Amino acid sequence: MRLCLEARQLACERDGRWLFRGLDVVLKAGEVLRVEGPNGSGKTTLLKILCGQIADVDGEVRWQGRALPRARADLLANLLYLGHAPGIKANLSALENLRWYQALGGEGRPDAELEAALAEVGLAGFEDVPTAQLSAGQKRRVTLARLVSSRRALWVLDEPFTAIDVAGVAALERRLASHAASGGAVLVTTHHPLSNVPGVRRLTMDGQRQVAS
Amino acid sequence: MNTPMSGSIEAAEPVREAGDGLGRAMAATFRRDLTAVARRPGDALTPLVFFAMVITLFPLGISPEPERLALIAPGVLWVAALLSALLSLDGLFRGDFEDGTLEQLLLAPHPLSLLVLAKVAVHWLTTGLPLALMAPLLGVLLALPQGSYLALSATLALGSGCISLIGAIGAGLTVGLARGGMLLSLLVLPLFMPVLIFGTGAMGAALGGGEWLGHLAVIGALLSVALMAAPVAIAASLRISIHG
Repeated sequence: MRLCLEARQLACERDGRWLFRGLDVVLKAGEVLRVEGPNGSGKTTLLKILCGQIADVDGEVRWQGRALPRARADLLANLLYLGHAPGIKANLSALENLRWYQALGGEGRPDAELEAALAEVGLAGFEDVPTAQLSAGQKRRVTLARLVSSRRALWVLDEPFTAIDVAGVAALERRLASHAASGGAVLVTTHHPLSNVPGVRRLTMDGQRQVAS
Repeated sequence: MNTPMSGSIEAAEPVREAGDGLGRAMAATFRRDLTAVARRPGDALTPLVFFAMVITLFPLGISPEPERLALIAPGVLWVAALLSALLSLDGLFRGDFEDGTLEQLLLAPHPLSLLVLAKVAVHWLTTGLPLALMAPLLGVLLALPQGSYLALSATLALGSGCISLIGAIGAGLTVGLARGGMLLSLLVLPLFMPVLIFGTGAMGAALGGGEWLGHLAVIGALLSVALMAAPVAIAASLRISIHG
């Protein structure tokens, strides 16, 4: 069965203000959907709703045709979510951090594969350094190494380009494109244009109105 | 609950179902937290030093006479151990909350209540158990009569398990607050009272030459109830804190 995440008539209110109303989102295998909009327009909230973190909203989210929260466990088993915080323990090394994520996700790849993943994001030689000693960009790269080491179909990435240098941005854009090409799906918020990712769909959040194209 | 999904797999990453691996996820979380404590032993030592300091204050503040000290020793030891454990509870989820790993723990395809149990187990192993082992040494300082050391250690070992479990509920509720430490104390201290009552009750029985195992059994029963009910409450409190 091909991957399908869809939301119907989503509405979310925060502090007496509607972040969005009547929002329909469909994300299928092979697609990259970019959520864009000004700060505070509810991009992160939408991402959290779509991956089942926030449940007190109007409307319905369906994973593979089944509604959340019943399908939540299956959705989470296929989800790789990278939030604002890097999700990296400062007193553990990059490799130890990846090992924990592997065990948490029910995957058990050997260290050699995890080291290869770290090398691919440009952290060869930093595997055993406590991440507290890495720069902000390097910490973000440890997080991004999970895109290589974890095999998940659905990527939900909240501002993944933060603190990444120019070469890293290009590499990440290529990774998003190849994930979509191989049948995965990507939901991403970013202020980068994603010009190197072919066929990006856009969802513009603009207070009351949402423009999907 | 989960209907099996069949059909051709077209994606390089096939759509998976939530499955097993819970034991490995719990073991990895346990090991990760234990490694973190080993790398920063100061965090785990602080409550133990606090415990020793507080106990040292009593002979100075009240009287060095062994008769007087022996009278208050059981209660003082228990209350001081309880407050020391409380001191370390505030940090139980705070580090994970700040670096974002708590959010990732909530997104793991496993029951959160069991994953947090691994974290609570590390807390007990690095705080409650050392406090229980250290208490008899400080008991000597308070002229605690011979013959009650075993009762002190045993009741504290089980009792601190309850304290870690119950306290983690409060720690989960206050993790999103900037200064949750004081609020955490107000929230969970009333819940510690039953444990304290039976803990000092066991000490009183042991000092009077009576049977203290009955009191220990009650603490064991409290621990069993806490083990069953607290993980669900901890998971719920963390969800409330993180997702509002």
